[in-house]
Amino acid sequence: MLVGHQPKEFLLAVEALTVSFDGFKAVNDLSFYVDENEIRVIIGPNGAGKTTVLDLICGKTKATSGSIQFRGKELTRMKENEIVKTGVGRKFQNPSIYDDLTVFENLEISYPRGRSVFGALTFTRDAAVRDRVHEVAEMIFLKDRLHMNADLLSHGQKQWLEIGMLLIQDPDLLMLDEPVAGMSVSERAKTAELLNRIIKNRSVLVIEHDMKFVEDIAHKVTVLHQGQILSEGTMEKVKNDPKVVEVYLGH
Amino acid sequence: MTDNRFFNRSELIGILVLAVFLVVVLPLTLDVFRLNLVAKYLTYAFVALGLVICWGYGGILSLGQGVFFGLGGYCMAMFLKLEASSVENTKIQSTPGIPDFMDWNQITALPFFWKPFNSLTFTIAAIILVPGIFAWIIGTAMFKRRVGGTYFAIITQAVAAIMTILIVGQQGYTGGINGMTDLRTLKGWDIRPDHAKIVLYFFEVGCLFVCIMIAQFVRHSKLGRILVAMREKEDRVRFSGYSVANFKIFAFCIAAMFAAIGGAMFALNVGFMSPSFVGIVPSIEMVIYTAVGGRLSILGAIYGTLLVSFAKTSLSETFPELWLFGLGGLFIAVVLAFPNGLAGIWGDYVQPRIDRLIASRKSKPDGWTDSSVADGAPAE
Repeated sequence: MLVGHQPKEFLLAVEALTVSFDGFKAVNDLSFYVDENEIRVIIGPNGAGKTTVLDLICGKTKATSGSIQFRGKELTRMKENEIVKTGVGRKFQNPSIYDDLTVFENLEISYPRGRSVFGALTFTRDAAVRDRVHEVAEMIFLKDRLHMNADLLSHGQKQWLEIGMLLIQDPDLLMLDEPVAGMSVSERAKTAELLNRIIKNRSVLVIEHDMKFVEDIAHKVTVLHQGQILSEGTMEKVKNDPKVVEVYLGH
Repeated sequence: MTDNRFFNRSELIGILVLAVFLVVVLPLTLDVFRLNLVAKYLTYAFVALGLVICWGYGGILSLGQGVFFGLGGYCMAMFLKLEASSVENTKIQSTPGIPDFMDWNQITALPFFWKPFNSLTFTIAAIILVPGIFAWIIGTAMFKRRVGGTYFAIITQAVAAIMTILIVGQQGYTGGINGMTDLRTLKGWDIRPDHAKIVLYFFEVGCLFVCIMIAQFVRHSKLGRILVAMREKEDRVRFSGYSVANFKIFAFCIAAMFAAIGGAMFALNVGFMSPSFVGIVPSIEMVIYTAVGGRLSILGAIYGTLLVSFAKTSLSETFPELWLFGLGGLFIAVVLAFPNGLAGIWGDYVQPRIDRLIASRKSKPDGWTDSSVADGAPAE
C-alpha cells in the first residue's frame, strides 16, 4: 500500500497506533496517512474502532502505543485543548451543543480567541466576531435563528450548529463522526451541500455509513475491521475488494 | 448594544432595589441589635454569591465553603486578637503581649505565622490570598485530574471536616473549640459600640456590592457563558480549545475569595470567630441559602440567605430540635419543586405579571400615538 511512499510531509500520519481497553484491542497496530486537502472517509462495521480512531487523534482517548503526527507534532502527548490549537477540530456523533445558550453564543464560544481564563474575561464581542458568527450562521442555514436557545433547534439543525462551531474554529483537519446520521432526506441533501462547501482548503476525516454520501465526497476510503485496516484506496477499489464485500458491503 | 459589561436594564433595577433595601429600608426600620443580626446574615451572602458562580454557573458543587469562610474570618480575627492582646491589656498573663488562649496553653512566644498579622495591610491581603491559594491548590489537584461532580463535593466536605479538627486540635495556636473571642478594636477604633456596628454594617454592604459587581462582570463575560457551556457539555468545551480545568479552578477560587471576605466581615461584625462556622454543617447551610435563593441568580442568593437566616434565628429559638430537620426538608423541597429557587419563582410567576401590568399601563396613555406600536410587544 505504501510502496510509492515518498519522503513528503503528510498532514496527518498515524503509525502503529494501538489502544487496549483491559486487554481488548479496539485499535490494533493501525497506520494511515492523510494528505493536505484530502477528504478521507472511514467506513466499517459496528465496533470496528472508527470512533475510537477519532477519539485517539483528538486526545479524548490516550493511545497505548504508537504515534499520531500532525504537521510534524506528536499529538499523543498533548492535551485536548492544545490539539485543538494546533488545528484539529472534532464533531461528535450525537450533536454536542450548549442547550442553555443561544445559537449566537454557541458559535461565539467556538470563535478561536480568548481561550485562556483571562482572555475569556476580557473578551469583547467586536465587529470581527459578530461578522464571522453571522457569516457562519448563514452557511449552516441558521441565520434567522441566531438568538434562539439551542435546545429549541431540530436534530438536523443541532448537527449543523455543531458543524458551524467547528467551522468557526477554522481547523486544518476536520473530523466528522456520522454527520448525516438521523437526518431527514432534505436535511441530508443540505448537509452534503454544506460539507462540500466547507471541505475546501482543509483536510477532512469522516466516519459515515451512508454509502451514497461516501461516494459523493471521498477522495480515499479506509475500511476498518476489528481495529485494523481491511482495505484502503479509492471508493471504486474498495467496493470491489472481496474482503470488504464479505465483512461490510455484502449485507 | 446598550448592555454594558456589568448588567442590563432589568438587572440594574434589581441591584438598585437591593441597594435601597439594604442601605435605606433596613437601617431605618431596624434597631441596632437587629441591624447587626442582618450584618451577620449578610456575611453568608458573600458565600452564597460565590456559590452562584461556582455551583450555579460552573456546576461545581462545593460542600466546603465554610473552610474559606473560616480562613478569611480567622485571618481577620488574628489581626483583631493581636490588637486586643497588647502588653497593657494582658499584663496579668504569665507571658504578656500574646493572645490569652496561648497563655492558657503554656505557649510563651508568639508563633512565627502570627507575627505578620500585626500589619493590617498584610491581613487584608491574607484574607483574599490565603483562601484563594488554598482553593487553587485543591482545584488544581482535583480538576486537573478530572475529579468532579459528587466526588469533588465529598472531597470538599472532607476538607471541611479536616479543617475543623485541625482548628479544634491546635488549641494553643487557634483558640480551639472556643475560637477567638474578645475582639475589641480595629486600629484603635472600638468595634463593639452601637455606632461602630452601624458603620461596619454599611461597610459590609459596600463590600457586598463590590462583590456583586465582580460577579455580574464574570457572568456577563464570555467566561460566564463558558461556565454554563462547561456545565452542560464539558467535552465540547474541551474540544473547542479551552482548558476546562483552568476555568473550574477560576470559578472555585472566586467562590473561595468571596467566602473569605464574608468570613472577615463576620469577625468584624460579630466580634468573634470559631470553628463552628467552618465545618460540614455550616458549609451545607451555605449551599442551602444559595439553593433557596436560586443558584442561577446573583441577587436571589442574597435574598435567599437573608430569608433562610432569618427563619433560622426565629425558628431555632422556638423549636431548637426541629430546625435542622426543617432546613433539610426545605432543601429537598426547593430542589424538587423549585430548582431555581426564589429567583425562579420570581422569574416564572411574578415578573411576567409585573411586565403585563406595566405594559397595560403604558399602552393606555399613549394608546393613540405611533410610538407605543413601535416599541410595545404585540398584544396577544
